Amino acid sequence: MTAAPRTLYDKIWDDHVVHQAEDGTCLLYIDRHLVHEVTSPQAFEGLRMTGRTVRAPEKTIAVPDHNVPTTLDRANAATMTEESRIQVEALDKNAKDFGINYYPVSDVRQGIVHIVGPEQGWTLPGMTVVCGDSHTATHGAFGALAHGIGTSEVEHVLATQTLIQRKGKNMKVEITGSLRPGVTAKDITLSVIGATGTAGGTGYVIEYCGQAIRELSMEGRMTVCNMAIEGGARAGLIAPDEKTFAYVMGRPHAPKGAKWEAALAYWKTLFTDEGAHFDKVVTIKGEDIAPVVTWGTSPEDVLPITGVVPAPEAFSGGKVEAAKRSLDYMGLTPGMKLTDIKIDTVFIGSCTNGRIEDLRAAAAILKGKKIAVKRAMVVPGSGLVRAQAEEEGLAQIFIDAGFEWRLAGCSMCLAMNPDQLQPGERCAATSNRNFEGRQGRGGRTHLLSPAMAAAAAITGHLTDVRELMSESV
Amino acid sequence: MDKFTTLTGIAAPMPLVNIDTDMIIPKQFLKTIARSGLGKNLFDEMRYTQDGAEIPDFVLNQPAYRKAEILVAGDNFGCGSSREHAPWALLDFGIRCVISTSFADIFFNNCFKNGILPIVLPQEAVDVLMADAKKGANARMTVDLPAQTVTTSDGQVFGFEVDSHRKHCLINGLDDIGLTLEKASSIDAYEAKAATTRPWA
Ligand code: SF4
Repeated sequence: MTAAPRTLYDKIWDDHVVHQAEDGTCLLYIDRHLVHEVTSPQAFEGLRMTGRTVRAPEKTIAVPDHNVPTTLDRANAATMTEESRIQVEALDKNAKDFGINYYPVSDVRQGIVHIVGPEQGWTLPGMTVVCGDSHTATHGAFGALAHGIGTSEVEHVLATQTLIQRKGKNMKVEITGSLRPGVTAKDITLSVIGATGTAGGTGYVIEYCGQAIRELSMEGRMTVCNMAIEGGARAGLIAPDEKTFAYVMGRPHAPKGAKWEAALAYWKTLFTDEGAHFDKVVTIKGEDIAPVVTWGTSPEDVLPITGVVPAPEAFSGGKVEAAKRSLDYMGLTPGMKLTDIKIDTVFIGSCTNGRIEDLRAAAAILKGKKIAVKRAMVVPGSGLVRAQAEEEGLAQIFIDAGFEWRLAGCSMCLAMNPDQLQPGERCAATSNRNFEGRQGRGGRTHLLSPAMAAAAAITGHLTDVRELMSESV
Repeated sequence: MDKFTTLTGIAAPMPLVNIDTDMIIPKQFLKTIARSGLGKNLFDEMRYTQDGAEIPDFVLNQPAYRKAEILVAGDNFGCGSSREHAPWALLDFGIRCVISTSFADIFFNNCFKNGILPIVLPQEAVDVLMADAKKGANARMTVDLPAQTVTTSDGQVFGFEVDSHRKHCLINGLDDIGLTLEKASSIDAYEAKAATTRPWA
């Protein structure tokens, strides 16, 4: 008798079930727990109050990222607000008291938690990875089951190394064929959300597949999975392949020697079996994807850069009101060409697009050019990304163009540190959320790829990057 | 965690779709290391002007809804971040139940961990409840978790589904961690096996 064909998600799930109750609720084992300063203090406090400990400190990794300043003078504690300082100090203390792996602000390896995990080899194929942060789906790029959890669950994982879960449904998102020049992973992931809506993935775990996904680098795959949550999905996954193994090999916490061989043999079994069942399937042709931008205050408000601002009446149901509200907030009128939207500020960074490849893509457009916006900043995703970009000469390109060259952190992705938009300030951002107030109260966010952000920086308005690409066809 | 059994109270209507966690509690309030005290900043940017004055139009600022304990909301409530500050802020304000056609996953989970009951009902039912909520303070809705029903102020009853484990925890105010630690031997056994099957993990 042969076993029923299983999806990648099914396989990882099955290998992590500790206990299954009659009603189907499972206790799922967690291989890696990533922790940052904003969603963890109450969880550690809970442990102290109940006299509990961290069950597996060696599988727990902490790094401050959300509200650390990214200015060069941040070593000076005075640059942090009192409240931020308290949170970061609480993490310092909790990491020390409970003996967990820690990358403090002073460590060159510090950075955004979802960039540090893969970079240090903590994230490996087939693992379960959780973090008190919704963009944990990023780690799905390695074929790891990774999702965000709340603070109570952070406490639960700290204390038990497990999570109470019900299995989600399987959804397949296939991107066939190849991408056209100027189109990137960010355009894929935004286009998928545009097609399925921000609740299209609710209750599902998405497996991204197809030629265009296979052709992406690991950095690109992380960008795609990062935004699974913006489509409502619990997690996004990509089956590991040779690119994955090559990325992981030699990382500080990747297995070595005989363990590496054993791991590799296991990782090669991590794919969806022929004939496995998906509850929902979405197929998009890679050639049909254009460079996109968002016009509204929900990541589903996405259109090709060649489009115009839509009229609320073009929608139906509750979305009509929501679109009206969005346009009002964004200060846009229906029918306006997206390329006529003037930009004040450009932000390149975040766990969506703060990796080396993202900086390379932006620098390729910026080389020898000057910015035409009021303010532009690059915030590398980690200290190591920053160092590499300096070595490759990218930092100088940014600086020469007029960009601020910052230290690693979340920065203007959520504006918990001093990097914030002013009311009415319009920003082209490579981050993942364009919610009202996300980048600062009254701030207006347009999401796009690093190359598109660079293009907007040069021209001062939203721009089709393909027009600036010398080698474009 | 406080128990949740039945609740009769004022329901505030918030028909907007995709109410995200940044709207529920903007990030400048995430800098706390406590769970309490967030109620005054619930829906902060919708509720107050830049200089902190109340916006009279906002539903929770209206006299009828200042003591609301139930929210009836548009589709996809709680989308966005994993911040548990969202349910903490709702709870601190006094909201114990949110009713919508759909919720974002993480938010939905987080509610149960904090004694808040999120209820999913079909559009037709939510429409009726929304209309009932709009009647103001005299129209009190009743949520009965053991019976799994919501009753409007004029007696219309809607049944709802809830996961049995979560229902049990809410009704008894049980702490998940305590329950899981009772299964410590299963976790030990799993770890012992994984040490041989996935020694690199
Ligand atoms: S960069 Fe933005 S999305 Fe990513 S972890 Fe930081 S705040 Fe969250």
